[in-house]
Amino acid sequence: MAVASLRRSVLSLNRTLRGSWCQAPDLRPVCVSACQRTPERSSVHARNTFKVTMVPGDGVGPELMRAVREVFKAADVPVEFEEIHISEVHNMASEEKLDQLFTSVRNNGVAIKGKINNPMAYKGDLASYEMKLRRKLDLFANVVHVTSLPGYSTRHNSLDLVIIREQTEGEYSSLEHESVKGVIESLKIITREKSHRIAKFAFDYATKKGRSKVTAVHKANIMKLGDGLFLQSCAEVAKLYPKIKFENIIIDNCCMQLVRNPYQFDVLVMPNLYGNIIDNLAAGLVGGAGVVPGESYSDEYAVFETGARHPFAQAVGRNIANPTAMLLSAANMLRHLNLDYHSNMVSEAVKRVIKQGKVRTKDLGGYCTTEDFTFSMGK
Amino acid sequence: LQRSIESLSYYNCILRVFLYNVPPPAKYGGQHTVTLIPGDGIGPELLNHVREVFRFSCVPVDFEVVNVNSSRADEDDINNAITAIRRNGVALKGNIETNHTMPPSFKSRNNLMRTSLDLYANMMHCQSLPGVQTRHKNIDIIIIRENTEGEYSSLEHESVSGVVESLKIITRLNSLRIADYAFRLAREKGRRRVTAVHKANIMKLGDGLFLQCCREVASGYPDITFDSMIVDNTTMQLVCKPQQFDVMVMPNLYGNVVSNVCAGLVGGPGLVPGANYGRDYAMFETATRNTGKSIANKNIANPTAMLLASCLLLDHLKLHEYATTIRNAILTTMNETRLHTPDIGGQGTTSEVVQSIMNIIQKTGPRTVAYY
Repeated sequence: MAVASLRRSVLSLNRTLRGSWCQAPDLRPVCVSACQRTPERSSVHARNTFKVTMVPGDGVGPELMRAVREVFKAADVPVEFEEIHISEVHNMASEEKLDQLFTSVRNNGVAIKGKINNPMAYKGDLASYEMKLRRKLDLFANVVHVTSLPGYSTRHNSLDLVIIREQTEGEYSSLEHESVKGVIESLKIITREKSHRIAKFAFDYATKKGRSKVTAVHKANIMKLGDGLFLQSCAEVAKLYPKIKFENIIIDNCCMQLVRNPYQFDVLVMPNLYGNIIDNLAAGLVGGAGVVPGESYSDEYAVFETGARHPFAQAVGRNIANPTAMLLSAANMLRHLNLDYHSNMVSEAVKRVIKQGKVRTKDLGGYCTTEDFTFSMGK
Repeated sequence: LQRSIESLSYYNCILRVFLYNVPPPAKYGGQHTVTLIPGDGIGPELLNHVREVFRFSCVPVDFEVVNVNSSRADEDDINNAITAIRRNGVALKGNIETNHTMPPSFKSRNNLMRTSLDLYANMMHCQSLPGVQTRHKNIDIIIIRENTEGEYSSLEHESVSGVVESLKIITRLNSLRIADYAFRLAREKGRRRVTAVHKANIMKLGDGLFLQCCREVASGYPDITFDSMIVDNTTMQLVCKPQQFDVMVMPNLYGNVVSNVCAGLVGGPGLVPGANYGRDYAMFETATRNTGKSIANKNIANPTAMLLASCLLLDHLKLHEYATTIRNAILTTMNETRLHTPDIGGQGTTSEVVQSIMNIIQKTGPRTVAYY
């Protein structure tokens, strides 16, 4: 009976996780030069203002978002934010808010968010709000571009590394059950279709940014079938990209190599949990959770956030959080919106402030507050 | 039952990916990726203008530029381009020049691309544009040309010295396929008549097979009239009374001739876009596939054909809003006679035309980004 319910939940998971392109394969419809209009994103904005969904989240999220707003105001960026406050831990958990968030992102196409914290205790729902968001919008790829900040020296300097992480399946399938009392089974799901998709994303990203090597990170010696399938899918996709070198490395060796010699890596692609670990590790190499931006992509939507996703609840109200990650992520968002000039302006300003070294928040070794940082950026 | 249907379609997708090696479409964060092959002659400058217009109108398309060097004898460049198109699924290209003096083992690069990707249907829509003066008015013809076989099979040999045999291949499968494409397109566009163009009185077996296949497919579309016409008569009728034609379907070489005649009737090679469709891939270019070496880099080439081809590309990617905005801007610009380029009798330059198109997009379109 448990097996039947498990199978049912796996099938329903399969149905929801299936990618948007997987429809019945008939011939491509006959293409004509002026077809019927299919309804696209319905809102046509005031000319030259872009609308973006903003989700402040928990912890220091709201403070960082305020920093982003101030900087955008100072730079006169034509972006209008639609704020949605949602939280799972502060007794504000509601399904309507989540639906509101989905419709908003669907209409706008681009979002910037802080971390929505998950309650540690099991409150009846195995999937957190963030996981639901990712699944509903099919945000399958998470990209974290780890670069050393000029002017801030760490043990590893001039690092330039991209970590691409599959975000919708793997260990985060939220399928757990207690078949026998005291024995819990957690399912890690790896599908061929999603592994193909993330591998293609990684190679396409590498081609677009002119990268020369993609390394798949796995643990196929232990999870022979699961990670074995992931590795096989990556190898198949690699055949379409003869100019890009494809390698693979086991996760334990990868972590060790990252702390000894991170320069050997270029683009890394991996399933969900390893991605989480390597993201944070690499962020630590260049200066911590406060300096690395990250973005999540689906077919249609792009969501911009910090790379390391810590709510940093201890710092709420104390004005010590580092807004660099969020500001760099906002600059990436502007580039995605085709506002290259403003994007460069914001990222140059951030880098200049850090390089000058006069205004630095606590995590980078200085004593200034978030507000000082934003203010000096505005100048 | 529903579960079994779903699992069937799921496995069908897997089958499609692995048996036919077609990867998922390259669309991330709303941005499509399209392969861009600059080609030779006027190709690079016109495609740069296309990129400019796209960036200006915030079209969510990223171009992956793949250069193909036409003077090199090895096939690395073209194989690289073909792999890039297999990855992205869609391409926009300029024409790649083929040197006539190379040995027969050197295949035409354009032809190689069409046959490797099996882009079996070439579609060209000739319409009289309102602002352009021509001898014939109200022309609206769709030409569908078989793109992979026929006289372009590149099978030639010299069995006896001084005697060369060129093979023209017509197969039942390809003829059925192209006829089916033609009738489906006619039905979708609401067209009443399909004309097959052939020379079956001379090539009784070859073009006879083509004609027979067209007739077989026509029997499945009773609402569309089917007739046939010999190619010599067709070309004469085209220059006397082109308004009688609706949709035309034909093998490769006749398609080449007829499409160039029709392009000439509506105003020249700079005005008509063409599209090559296969089952899995699509490639867009100008209809008459001219390299334009003599007018390269002189800022006098007509960007209309390439820009209209890019609108076809946007329609294929289902970005219809952007396609109609750019198309309307192009047609409005066409109405201004002082902005006509030399090939249609004016004195304007390419950059003036493109600038005017961008100004119109800024006035009428949803959102533009411009930096000066």
